[in-house]
Amino acid sequence: MAVGITITDLHKSFGANHVLRGVDLSVEQGESLVVIGGSGSGKSVLIKHIIGLLKPDRGSIEVNGQEVTTMAERELKELRKKFGMLFQAAALFDSLTVGENVAFPLVEHTRARRSEIAERVRETLTLVGLPDTEHLYPAELSGGMKKRVGLARALAMEPEVILYDEPTTGLDPIMADAINDLIVEMRERLAITSIAITHDMVSAYKIGHRLAMLYQGEIIFTGTPQECKNTDDPMVRQFITGSSVGPITSV
Amino acid sequence: MTPPPETAVKRRPLLARPVEGLGRLLTNFLSEFGAHLLLLFRTLRSCCWPPFRIRLTLRQMEIFGFNSIPVVLITGGFTGAVLALQTFTSFKRFNAETMIGGVIAVTLLRELGPVLTGLIVAGRAGSAMAAEIGTMNVTEQIDALNVLATDPVNYLVVPRFLAGTVMMPMLSTLFSAIGMVGSYVISVSVLGTNPVTYMRQMWWFIEGEDIYTGLIKACVFGVIISIVGSYQGFITQGGAEGVGRSTTRAVVLASTFILIFNYILTALLL
Ligand SMILES: Nc1ncnc2c1ncn2[C@@H]1O[C@H](COP(=O)(O)OP(=O)(O)OP(=O)(O)O)[C@@H](O)[C@H]1O
Ligand SMILES: [Mg+2]
Repeated sequence: MAVGITITDLHKSFGANHVLRGVDLSVEQGESLVVIGGSGSGKSVLIKHIIGLLKPDRGSIEVNGQEVTTMAERELKELRKKFGMLFQAAALFDSLTVGENVAFPLVEHTRARRSEIAERVRETLTLVGLPDTEHLYPAELSGGMKKRVGLARALAMEPEVILYDEPTTGLDPIMADAINDLIVEMRERLAITSIAITHDMVSAYKIGHRLAMLYQGEIIFTGTPQECKNTDDPMVRQFITGSSVGPITSV
Repeated sequence: MTPPPETAVKRRPLLARPVEGLGRLLTNFLSEFGAHLLLLFRTLRSCCWPPFRIRLTLRQMEIFGFNSIPVVLITGGFTGAVLALQTFTSFKRFNAETMIGGVIAVTLLRELGPVLTGLIVAGRAGSAMAAEIGTMNVTEQIDALNVLATDPVNYLVVPRFLAGTVMMPMLSTLFSAIGMVGSYVISVSVLGTNPVTYMRQMWWFIEGEDIYTGLIKACVFGVIISIVGSYQGFITQGGAEGVGRSTTRAVVLASTFILIFNYILTALLL
């Protein structure tokens, strides 16, 4: 069963830094939402709330009608089994090999036999364009390779929801496009619900059913890629065209 | 809110500052201690539930125990040797130098074995735990464990805790044993004690109590080292510098706890 997510009036501060100031956002079952927004605008903080890594100061997050923000550790653990998450910096376990990293959720949460797990790891690594890298350690990988191993680890369990934190940053354009295709394929084939953060507008248009822009702690725009391209909101226009001239100042 | 006028600060009694500082230090210490206890309880609870991570535990035992053997051998041997020299000169004053074997053995088993091993291992293994878990924390690997629905306490702390509690008594015993060898060698070869009297004296002197109080202490120190090391790892913030800070804190705090608990345990077990 696919999963829907509803966020209402989410607030979060770190000390005096008021990062999220009332975020309202919802994702339908099977929908792919892309969140765009400037560096430091709180995109990573936002998706960490969805999976319960951070607790908000105020507001609610419902996943399939269940409130995440007040969940006990045990319920949270069950919920997280439905989720896959790609971290912005991949967050691979550096004491484990690539193969062990990808196998990690399978070893932890399934009773699959060793050979089955190895087979699944091989498939998933091939899917992200890194066949035969099982034996390498994360320290031996480039940034883009780490990202893809992180993606493989997130996909290994075939989760119902995936949160991607900048899936294509650090990849060359061709590899980025291959990853976009993979994300689209996951979305089409498995009806996965997903939220992706990206700065890469090509990727955003390709993988998103809908785009949302986070600015100064609030969602200031949501719409389809077409609506996004045609919008006359000056801040969205400035962001998608990548201009330093406009209402958003860089400093 | 307006800041209080500066004169208010100046007019406070002379002693207010040190007393205040001491008070703050004490509350900090107590709350820190409470947080460690909480982690200890979570660890104990997690020990009783699957998954049981046998491979990880064995690996930690190797790191904690096996890899500490060389340093324990060297420090234990020299400690025993220096004890022989010191005790001999004092005991000679009242013609009791035949007793040194027993006295040294008891000192090692009850006190120096567990305490010195604890301090050495806190510096070696405790700091390594804080550094490793701290690095995982600042590189979001702990978050990743959570996201993958794996309890970090179960995955990281339990194996270290078990390794600490099991290996510390062994290391401490090894320390005491090699210390006795050291003191025997020095007594017999340098100080000219009769080897037979030395041995007979020693066996006569040691009691079962000496051995088990030492083992209990070592066990508790193993708990302290692993819990403090892990806790400091979990609260690490802010990159490489943060990791360095927690590593230092882990060693200082574990050593402090070891010495405090050594007193408490001695008083209780005596
Ligand atoms: N654990 C934390 N403690 C304190 N402040 C934090 C923490 N995590 C994030 N912040 C702050 O929250 C703000 C938003 O950070 P976030 O990582 O969400 O940005 P982002 O939108 O993902 O940016 P980027 O596109 O560069 O990844 C930043 O100002 C950051 O300093
Ligand atoms: Mg980010």
